[in-house]
Amino acid sequence: MIRAKSLTRRYGPLLAVDQLSFSVEPGTVLGFLGPNGAGKSTTMKMLTGFLEPSSGTAEIFGHDIRTDALAARRRLGYLPEGAPLYGELSVERFLAFVAEARGFRGSEVKARVHAAVDRLSLAEVLGQTIETLSKGFKRRVGIAQAILHDPPALVLDEPTDGLDPNQKHEVRRLISDMSRDKIMIISTHILEEVDALCTRAMIIARGRLLADDTPEGLLRRSRYHNAVTLVLDDLQAAASRLSELSEATEVEIRRGRLTVFPSGRGNLFEAVTATVRDAGWTVSQIQLESGRLDEVFRTVTGAEETT
Amino acid sequence: MMGNLGVVLKRELASYFATPVAYVFIVIYLIMSAVFTFYLGGFYERGIADLEPFFRFHPWLYLFLVPAIGMRLWAEERKSGTVELLLTLPITAGEAVLGKFLAAWLFIGLALVLTFPIWITVNVLGNPDNGVIVAAYIGSWLMAGGFLAISACLSAATRNQVVAFILAVVVCFIFLLSGLPMVLDVFRGWLPQPLIDGIANLSFLVHFTSISRGVLDLRDVLYFVLVIGFWLAANRIVLELKKAD
Repeated sequence: MIRAKSLTRRYGPLLAVDQLSFSVEPGTVLGFLGPNGAGKSTTMKMLTGFLEPSSGTAEIFGHDIRTDALAARRRLGYLPEGAPLYGELSVERFLAFVAEARGFRGSEVKARVHAAVDRLSLAEVLGQTIETLSKGFKRRVGIAQAILHDPPALVLDEPTDGLDPNQKHEVRRLISDMSRDKIMIISTHILEEVDALCTRAMIIARGRLLADDTPEGLLRRSRYHNAVTLVLDDLQAAASRLSELSEATEVEIRRGRLTVFPSGRGNLFEAVTATVRDAGWTVSQIQLESGRLDEVFRTVTGAEETT
Repeated sequence: MMGNLGVVLKRELASYFATPVAYVFIVIYLIMSAVFTFYLGGFYERGIADLEPFFRFHPWLYLFLVPAIGMRLWAEERKSGTVELLLTLPITAGEAVLGKFLAAWLFIGLALVLTFPIWITVNVLGNPDNGVIVAAYIGSWLMAGGFLAISACLSAATRNQVVAFILAVVVCFIFLLSGLPMVLDVFRGWLPQPLIDGIANLSFLVHFTSISRGVLDLRDVLYFVLVIGFWLAANRIVLELKKAD
């Protein structure tokens, strides 16, 4: 498991990460969520041993990152932000370098490289110079070097950033495939990713941990959780009728859609559908909301709501 | 431990030969050293069978060519972000610093070895003292190592290769010239003699000249080894301080 204990990092007077403590068990895909400059990358850089913490420490499967750094690093695979690679090398040569640096020798190097290449479907570009590859392929090479030694924990800093929707989908599929018995820590500012990938999400802003929950748990914090949204002709009439329901607290009309918020008494969805049936309205859309992560994110990180 | 040093070294050398850097450097180095030897050095006109005109210009050649090799060592890694990849592998900072330095030093050594035709020439034309020539080759390589260690350290201080190059040339120039009267005269008026001797002793030129005359004095060799050691230690510290920004 990975355990962070009061992890703190200062850049001069700036407090980038402030007393961050958490622990992660295998089988978890943990998403670091936060605005730019929140301290997500700095936290990852400390976990992976690139930056020394100013104070506090972390343990990677029992190995302290300060006192037992090399052993801690051996148990991690890391994709730094932007997936930097030695562009002048061929994919094969680059992966062989990483394998050797990971301590493999001789035929083992070849075996490791080929296993990673198979896993990420890189066979067709094996001999190609990395800088000539497309962004999607480069990202795959970056992930290949991270999983080469089959580490029990992977740290991926914005693994899908800058990719097109198809490439994003592919990288997400790879991550969920690999996540079974590993610890995966990914950072992102794409909220849909948290829903699609993570089993646990931590919201970080200004270096502090503000929320630590499952994606469903975060959605439950949304005022849209279990709200009902309708699209119909006479919005005003429907709004005044629906606001009288004891199951509803509030009604909101926004961009031609009517949203009814639950009061917590009874089942709002059933009450709304019954009202629609009784009144005989022609409803073109009706939807039970699971909650809106972007709204939770803004509330938690304290940003002003702007729509 | 030493295994990782070899891994870093091998990757560095692979990068040299995967880009035009290696070929451009070797070709320019060979052309320039020939130009200096035959035109400026008067290799034939002197009528003496030695390589003095060849080695005499090495300090000046290195002054520009070695910072050109050294400037990319860390600045490029920092700019592209690969330094984060490198230093999160199970490799220590010391292994990375030393591995990169040794790769570049071996590479310069290769360029130096490729000047062997001039050694053959001088042996065909006369009977030179080959002991002196071997000593001068060793001295030249050691001096290149000194320039390289300075360049490597300054390369870690910035992500801009041009800045790294200019800083390295300036610092190398100071180290090169500190033994000349022109520099010493500046200090003569107000510094005590032992300090002035100390400054004079820092000069690459003084130590290289004495080795290249065929006197492979342990003190001169030790001087270059210490210079290299000092700047590589500094390189490690600078890297540690600057990698975060």
